[in-house]
Amino acid sequence: MSSDTTKSTALPSSPFSSRRGLSHFNNRLFTGVVWIIGVCTVVFICSLLFLILQKGLPKLDFGFLVGLPSEIDEGGGVGPVLFNSFYVLFISLLISIPLGMAAGIYLAEFAPANKFIAFIRICVEGLASVPSIIFGLFGIALFVEQLDIGLTIIGGAVSLAFLNLPVLTRVTEEAIRAVPQEMKQASFGLGATHLQTIRRVMIPVALNMIITGICLTAGRAFGESAVIILTAGVSSSGVMWDFNPLSPGATLAVHLWYVQSEAIVPDAKLIAEKAAAVLVFVVLLINIVFRVPLWLNARRTR
Amino acid sequence: MSMIEVPTSGKVLNTDELGSSLKASSGKKFGRKARLTFYNKTFKVICIVSSLFVCVILFSILFLMGRTGVLTFETVSIKEFFFSTDWVPENDQYGAFIFIFGTFALTLLTMLISVPLSVVIAVFLAEMTPSWLKTMLRPVLDLLVGIPSVVYGFLGMTVLIPMLRTLTGTNMGDGILAAAIVLTIMVLPTISRIIDDSIVAVPKKFRDASYALGSTRFQTITRVVIPAAKSGIMYAVILGMARAIGETMAVVMVIGNTPQLANALFKPTSVLTSNIVMQIANVPFDSTWNYALYMMGFILLVISLIMIVVVRMIQGKGVKL
Repeated sequence: MSSDTTKSTALPSSPFSSRRGLSHFNNRLFTGVVWIIGVCTVVFICSLLFLILQKGLPKLDFGFLVGLPSEIDEGGGVGPVLFNSFYVLFISLLISIPLGMAAGIYLAEFAPANKFIAFIRICVEGLASVPSIIFGLFGIALFVEQLDIGLTIIGGAVSLAFLNLPVLTRVTEEAIRAVPQEMKQASFGLGATHLQTIRRVMIPVALNMIITGICLTAGRAFGESAVIILTAGVSSSGVMWDFNPLSPGATLAVHLWYVQSEAIVPDAKLIAEKAAAVLVFVVLLINIVFRVPLWLNARRTR
Repeated sequence: MSMIEVPTSGKVLNTDELGSSLKASSGKKFGRKARLTFYNKTFKVICIVSSLFVCVILFSILFLMGRTGVLTFETVSIKEFFFSTDWVPENDQYGAFIFIFGTFALTLLTMLISVPLSVVIAVFLAEMTPSWLKTMLRPVLDLLVGIPSVVYGFLGMTVLIPMLRTLTGTNMGDGILAAAIVLTIMVLPTISRIIDDSIVAVPKKFRDASYALGSTRFQTITRVVIPAAKSGIMYAVILGMARAIGETMAVVMVIGNTPQLANALFKPTSVLTSNIVMQIANVPFDSTWNYALYMMGFILLVISLIMIVVVRMIQGKGVKL
């Protein structure tokens, strides 16, 4: 674009020629600097991720993924903590998806435009901005102190669900709002009730955005560590496939921190590298696997 | 809502010929309509309760944190808590000034590094890259937002700190600069994607007008596009600040966790979040120490809620533009 404008005004004896030369130089300099900084930063961040995957993934074996962690000897695995990660994620999503979606549907569909609803919206946004560690403190006060069940999987999962709730609410609300009004009116015109319209028309149309939001939330919850350290502890029950929600529930993210900064095992660095690689890999997988089909679908229907 | 006529007598009409959805109503009069109305009402009530639940959580968090935190001031004076630099819980000295100052200093430093960088990246993304690169880079940045903070902390601990040590030639690497760099890497994708969106949203006619007046791309971007996207940039900056203030694990791993005032870049220190997470597990619930930690959490909570109010005000202004 800029080259077009300069060509058309290229008069040799322009009184502004020296000034134009300067701003031309500035423009070149600016373009160059922005390109360099942009490329460097993106390459830098991506290479960090690549570094993690490249350090850890080749050393991975099945024994590490299902093995029991050890406190003293070398060769400990991450089986129980990896399992806890998925278990906690599953329970927290089980709680937060229905609640978050229902709240989002209410805000998008039913809510009248009054001060009270504006207040609810501020609450949702406020809760979304609460730092994760506060949910951890809240979880301690609620589960460890009031209910007196100690550091448990269920405590961690519920605290995590509270963390996810506002995000899911906002995602659902935005997705439902983005559904064209014509579809809704057509459904009403066919004699469908409001619930039928929401179930059969609004949610299927908005599903793409909702699933993207759920994936983002799930990825965030999978890697969340501050909440889990405070509410589910830094140790696991030490056996594989422990479905008891009242056992301590350190997740993979917590284990990564624990091994790197507190543990005394001789191969802590190796375990941390492999755990970090698994963590990044799973988060990328959650984000990519669920979204690629939707993305392809969106391209086809466009 | 639904105005479907429901047949009242079953013998006149053969039920097989009817739509299967009407079968359930063959006995009772208007049974289907009543059922649908009931479902609708129940669904609406469930939705209302869920959205009220969000408010209930926010207020119970505020209440629990505030109530537990205020107990601190039974034994510690407000002045001592906020302005004393002596954090020695073993001797009943609970001065949180170091941590409050540390949090603000860290956030400021993070923003000083990350805001200019992310404006440049956003300009790069929105104005300069060819479209094939755009479609590649935007999803990558979105993926980066989802990388767990503990992984960034791990990277900071194993890559950044040794790097800083060789750069400075000392064996001091932990501290506020290392934490700010790690936080910058974390918030950069978030901030730059929001700024990118707000730059894309600037109407094309603004740019056309600027180019028609003979300005270069540099002048167009700095004098027209960026000022027009100002409210979006402010929004992004505040969201980034909120994330930087509340970030815990990445900071814990690189900041050194020592209660001393952060008056140098390479000096192990501590911030509100890192201090809470390092100490909360070791203290009994009914102790002043614990209450002080909850009070520090309450400060964080209040700061983040104030930021949301500011964001709302900025967005309110943005609509008027």
